[in-house]
Amino acid sequence: MLTYYFRLGLRSLRRNMVLTGLMIAAIAVGIGACMTALTVFRAMSGDPIPQKSHQLYAPQIDNWGPDKHNGGSPDRLEPQLSYTDVLGLMKARAAKRQSGMYASLQSLRPADPKQKPTKVFVRAAFTDFFPMFDVPFKYGGPWSASDDEARAAVVVLTRDMNDKLFGGANSVGKTIRLDNEPYTVSGVLDDWRLLPRFYDLAIRPFGDGDAIFMPFTRAIDRHMGNTGSTQCNGDLDAGWEGRLKSDCIWLQFWVELPTETDVQAYRAFLNNYAAEQQNLGRFHWPPHTQLRDVMQWLQYRNIVPSEVRILILVSFGFLLVCLMNAMGLMLAKIMGRAGDIGVRRALGASRRAIFAQCLIETGVVGLAGGLLGLLLTALGLWAARSLLTKEFAALAHLDWADTGIAVLLAVGATVLAGLYPTWRAAHVQPAWQLKAQ
Amino acid sequence: MEFGPIISAMRRNKVGAILIAVQMAITLAILCNALFIIEQRVALSKRPSGADEANVFIMDNQWVGNPPDVSARLQGDLAALRSLPGVQDAFATNSFPMSGGGSTEGIRLHPDQKDATALTALYFGDEHAIAGFGLKLVAGRNFNPGDVVDKLGYTDLKGPTGIIITRILADKLFPGGNAVGQSIYGAAPTGQTPIIGIVDRLQVPWISAGGWGSKFNDSSIIEPFNFISVYPYHYIVHTQPGQMSSVLQAAPKKLFDISRARVIGKTQTMSAARADAYKDDKGLVVILAVVCASLLAVTAFGIVGLTSYWVAQRRRQIGIRRALGATRNAIIQYFQTENLLIAGAGAAIGVALALSLNLWMVNAFAMQRLNTSYALIGAIVVLLLGQAAVLWPALKAASIPPALATRAA
Repeated sequence: MLTYYFRLGLRSLRRNMVLTGLMIAAIAVGIGACMTALTVFRAMSGDPIPQKSHQLYAPQIDNWGPDKHNGGSPDRLEPQLSYTDVLGLMKARAAKRQSGMYASLQSLRPADPKQKPTKVFVRAAFTDFFPMFDVPFKYGGPWSASDDEARAAVVVLTRDMNDKLFGGANSVGKTIRLDNEPYTVSGVLDDWRLLPRFYDLAIRPFGDGDAIFMPFTRAIDRHMGNTGSTQCNGDLDAGWEGRLKSDCIWLQFWVELPTETDVQAYRAFLNNYAAEQQNLGRFHWPPHTQLRDVMQWLQYRNIVPSEVRILILVSFGFLLVCLMNAMGLMLAKIMGRAGDIGVRRALGASRRAIFAQCLIETGVVGLAGGLLGLLLTALGLWAARSLLTKEFAALAHLDWADTGIAVLLAVGATVLAGLYPTWRAAHVQPAWQLKAQ
Repeated sequence: MEFGPIISAMRRNKVGAILIAVQMAITLAILCNALFIIEQRVALSKRPSGADEANVFIMDNQWVGNPPDVSARLQGDLAALRSLPGVQDAFATNSFPMSGGGSTEGIRLHPDQKDATALTALYFGDEHAIAGFGLKLVAGRNFNPGDVVDKLGYTDLKGPTGIIITRILADKLFPGGNAVGQSIYGAAPTGQTPIIGIVDRLQVPWISAGGWGSKFNDSSIIEPFNFISVYPYHYIVHTQPGQMSSVLQAAPKKLFDISRARVIGKTQTMSAARADAYKDDKGLVVILAVVCASLLAVTAFGIVGLTSYWVAQRRRQIGIRRALGATRNAIIQYFQTENLLIAGAGAAIGVALALSLNLWMVNAFAMQRLNTSYALIGAIVVLLLGQAAVLWPALKAASIPPALATRAA
């Protein structure tokens, strides 16, 4: 029976090609616009580390005092920490794993002296960084905790960096020259891409980033300046030592807290830490701290730009218009066939049968619209890639989930829009139609 | 025009009429908000930077291996750049308009003032900075070579001997118009600083819509420092008109001739920097324009489709009307009036929807309030669209022969 309805549906679609074409085109255009925006939005608002996002937390401490947060910080907290506080939290080791970190732009001298040096992003972090973020290694592994202590000249390379410097060979134990100093490679990462790079959102969160990792202690020792944002408020002394002693905020800090108990304990610890700073006379205000997991952090930092939200809004409005359009056309089409339906009803077809037949017909329209819409989505994403900056463009790719969403959305929305016309069809009075004939 | 029969006919086709009206309402709401966003983004990307953009390029430089004599190297580079044929002037700085990165400072008028009077962007440069950017000095004087000292990166906290500020900042700090010669207070240890000159305009580095810099777009300060940094800094080169491409090629070569222990990073013209900085704004404008056009097309085709169906449905009635003496024009007018009624209802809902959508966006995205004239223009566009779309089916209806009424169905 279903295949018969399906054939009937196809036949009826062929009967009025213009109306059918308009309907399919309307749905396709709506789905195309919607999916283009949705794909970018999904890529931007996705979970960068789904297996662990509920165990990773970014602590915040108010080290400026309640009156000094100029603009843009309604909760009187800042997204980064001072060196003093990072040192304090690292020393306390109150979480299962923890790492302070920052990025520095360094010049990398190639082995061949004739080649010009290049600039690379170096991330200074502690050894916990790697197991905490589930960073995959291809060769070797992270440096040790004693390397952190010893301020050792060791580095971990990303796979791309290793390809560039060593042609993809196992480079563990080899030496690279960063800013004219030798560093021993302790490990090479496998492919590792976080979208967005949640741990430091100040530097191109969706773009290319850290290429080399080195011990935080070493970077501080070498006075490696911060490339991300540095915000200072209040007195500070000159020079690198002045920066370290100051309440300037320029460091990121993440902790791993596997259970809810750990989270509660860490919250208490943060408050105790701030209270202790108050007792020491460093803070002149009661403790004000916060702990957010990865998704809360992305929400807090408002990572999806307003452009994308506007596009989502506009494109869903557009889809709505397209669907209402299709609904009007369907109504016209089905009511135009009231006579046929009357005859079928008079010959014994039940309301349910008419309903099923029309619903399948709408489903076919939705399917066709969805497939065409998918094509338009690909076209839209291609346009988005050429229109937007590299950072956005990297996100404009269709995956299987997007494809599934597009087809489901098209069929679902079309069938929903077709419910009323279908219902009307099922209520055609056979007697009236036959009489008019 | 008699509305009675039209309305009673519409009541038999309620759903179709409502569908068209609501479609037109949503179209209108999206249309005028999108046009408003387009207009804002275009205006945003046209804001002048103050520099002579057509003839300025930026070249990033970073020294390799922490050389101890960066100050001398910097002066060597600058002398070489200034001596290149086709170069008007050049200087080194920490940042430039539209770059997206730089330094800010809150400016106070009294040392014990708690909140800053104005937030500003800091640019470092020597006595060549004004000519290097191609700025216009409108009051006071330029720096003397004697004013300029080395600043060893951002952690060097020495204060400037005097500063040059933008006109907008001067007007904000000293509405009386007597800013030159007055003093301001910057970051805590630097103390009192006299204003020695005013430039017409110099944009801050941050330009994103509603972003950090939008609150103080033209409030900039130039401080007389040679920016000595082991990190990347920028050479700003102002070329003679028409000499850009030759200087762009010669400059990096010249610098590498002086020393190879450097990384010359991004080298871009200021026009390219502008295109880059506003690329997403432009992309949004194009996407919104395409969506608007498609929206209008879809709505128009929907009207054509549904009205055609109504015409087909009423062929006999139209034939009867024609047989009873209605002219072709009367038939056309019937469908046009019908559409006008539907579109009018749609436009009324649409204006309300547009304004509330905007209100919501004002809250959600810190968007500006929609100018009511946009809603009215949108309403007129939607009404005209309806009239245009209905014309073809109406003409088809008018061509129905009166004889149809006499034939049996």
